[in-house]
Amino acid sequence: MEVLVAVTVGVVFGSGLYLVMQRNMLRFVFGLILISGAVNVSIFVAGRLMRGAPPLVGGDVQVPAEPVANALPQALILTAIVIGFGLTAFTLVLLLRTYERLGTVRTDEMVARLREPRPVGGREVASAGEAAPPPEAAGADERVDGTARDGDGDRS
Amino acid sequence: MSWLVVAPVALPLAAAAIAFAASGRVALQRAVSTVASGALLVLSVLLLVEVSRSGVQVMQGGGWQAPFGVSLVADHLSAIMVAVGAAMAFAVAIYALRDIDPHRESLGYHPLFQVLLAGINGAFLTGDLFNLYVWFEVLLIASFVLLTLGNRRDQLEGGLKYVATNLVSSMLLLAAIGLTYGATGTLNMADLAGALREVPPELATALAMLFLIAFGIKAAVFPLFFWLPASYHTPPVSVSAIFAAMLTKVGVYALIRAFTLLFAHDVAYTHQVLLWIAGFTMVTGVLGAAAQNEFRKILSFHIVSQIGYMIMGLALATPLALAGAIYFVIHNIVAKGNLFLVSGLAQRVGGSFELAKLGGLYRHTPLLGVLFLIPAFSLGGFPPLSGFWAKLLVVLAGIEAQSYWIVAIALAVGLLTIYSMTKIWQAAFWSPLPEGRTLGPRPPWAMVAPVVGLAVLTLVLGIWIAPFFALMEAAATELLDPTVYVGAVLGDAAAAALEAVR
Amino acid sequence: MNSLILRTATSLLLAVLLLFSIFLLLRGHDLPGGGFIGGLVGAAAIALYALAFDAPRAERLLRASPRIVFGVGLCAAVAAGLAGGLASLDFLTGLWWIFDLGPFEVKLSTVLLFDVGVYLVVVGTILTMLFALEER
Repeated sequence: MEVLVAVTVGVVFGSGLYLVMQRNMLRFVFGLILISGAVNVSIFVAGRLMRGAPPLVGGDVQVPAEPVANALPQALILTAIVIGFGLTAFTLVLLLRTYERLGTVRTDEMVARLREPRPVGGREVASAGEAAPPPEAAGADERVDGTARDGDGDRS
Repeated sequence: MSWLVVAPVALPLAAAAIAFAASGRVALQRAVSTVASGALLVLSVLLLVEVSRSGVQVMQGGGWQAPFGVSLVADHLSAIMVAVGAAMAFAVAIYALRDIDPHRESLGYHPLFQVLLAGINGAFLTGDLFNLYVWFEVLLIASFVLLTLGNRRDQLEGGLKYVATNLVSSMLLLAAIGLTYGATGTLNMADLAGALREVPPELATALAMLFLIAFGIKAAVFPLFFWLPASYHTPPVSVSAIFAAMLTKVGVYALIRAFTLLFAHDVAYTHQVLLWIAGFTMVTGVLGAAAQNEFRKILSFHIVSQIGYMIMGLALATPLALAGAIYFVIHNIVAKGNLFLVSGLAQRVGGSFELAKLGGLYRHTPLLGVLFLIPAFSLGGFPPLSGFWAKLLVVLAGIEAQSYWIVAIALAVGLLTIYSMTKIWQAAFWSPLPEGRTLGPRPPWAMVAPVVGLAVLTLVLGIWIAPFFALMEAAATELLDPTVYVGAVLGDAAAAALEAVR
Repeated sequence: MNSLILRTATSLLLAVLLLFSIFLLLRGHDLPGGGFIGGLVGAAAIALYALAFDAPRAERLLRASPRIVFGVGLCAAVAAGLAGGLASLDFLTGLWWIFDLGPFEVKLSTVLLFDVGVYLVVVGTILTMLFALEER
């Protein structure tokens, strides 16, 4: 059983890695979700597999009578899932904002877009020869726009 | 049991909670953030004093005894990192009061800064591997938001690279932790010190390499550093300063912890790998910096090159080398953070970060020139500044270990560092102002004061080195003898058992 | 979304879901449940409301910015952690007060305070993200 699960983890991890290496950031995020699933299952296997014995004891017993499943990996995975959920949600929101501002989800195109004229009113202006301020990226003429409201720090 | 161990984590967390609850009242948030950062500095210095007086301090979370609960442990290394980090954080907190624009403040800059501090200190103090992962995530999510706060286009582009690389590193770290648990059945670092010596050495080495990659991405070592120069020049100066000073150093701290406490079973192999990485990191970082012409990008590449020196100290793994590595870390936190703050002042006066657009700053504000020269010379390694001693210590350790090639690299990289610093000095401070550019008014005192404070700290670290070196030596001795750490967390019986295996 | 069926159902479901989330929260200490899952159900209830009507109206229903909910929750959780110090115990140690009120036995604890904090943090986080996405 462990071998089967281990092979599955390997396949899912590998598929995730393949997606992560793409230039399309949306695929990257999907790859990350796959990897995070694979890692969670691998932690589960690391705690050894056991069937049909939930790690719960009755009200007046201190120690369970028969061997029960290992509760620690489950706690670890739960934590990892929660953190992964928060991070994935943040990354998706970030990607959405980037798509809105730069008009692409491909990393190679993003760099090119940054060198292009600045957008006016949130929309891309494609016309060349516009009075484009120099791409003095983080310079004095920094322009802050009021749409940022990404997820706050989240722990639980 | 000492509550001082919890304070560096609980205080910023409480400050963040209050500041979040005060969303919309920026004045209150500013007050909370400043007061909490000041109190953090006081408490972490007290913690350092306590550790150097009465040894390793431990707190078992929830009263659950190790290895079943989550322990917070402050040995010399942790306490030093927390204290220096708190000094840096206090300086940045003051600087940020004038640097961060009202819009970013209203989006929650202050609470996020405190969450970041809680994450950094949690990572320094935890004695549990999984808990280390959790603190890494806390500091990461705070840094993600801080980096992209404001949604400028280059911020988003740089931020996406930063987020992507760090998420991959987190996944690898989690996988490594899961496999370690599978191999040993424990996650308490003190317990692992003994347990990892009982697993087959090949398996332990494989785990060590997985941790090396995961922490290596966070520490920005060769060839995993590309996210750093791609993103650190995009956010406001206060944010890049605290990132530059602390975030990579958390990775370096984790590497030091992992390769002294956990993976010391096959030093000949693992530490040789580290030494090669150190050499490549130094060279690529400094060459990258030489090719740049933007103030903060040059500094970003220098972060990478200086991480190399720290890893070199760790790889040599002698008491002198480790003391040198830790000294290098604290020197670098102070000097590098300060240089970023100075770059912000230069941008305020000169209107740009591009060296080609800057000039005449020394004539305009001589104090600014002096404030740049102190950390810059320190980074370049001029005596008697802190950088000189830091480099001297790791180089001496290299000669002692007869690794002459790495010593040669370290010295050559030192020369190139001086070249980069002179380049900035020449272009931004000394040469006349380019045609058509004007200089603004002098920067406000509220922003200059923290820079002066950090410059004084650099001078003190360099001139009054003896007490600091004694602290570093104590930290190095403790690192090379894990029984001290294990004994403090698990009790003397476990320490004796470990002594028997070693 | 403009659907009469969804709106009518939501106004009925909202109270039930919120009540259920609090039930889960209080049940949590010894039985399956707790602050996290309770918070998820609570956030889902308000998210449903935001879908059926609109985000500003859901924010008014919450009566405060979700960031403030998040902050108050974090305050409660940290306070619960620090409470152990007052009894000179370790960080995060739970303190219990059990009141015997004849037929009932009321158990209050810092663990419950922590769980309430987690509940609020989860609601705050999820709604912050949701409103940020809805806002455009």
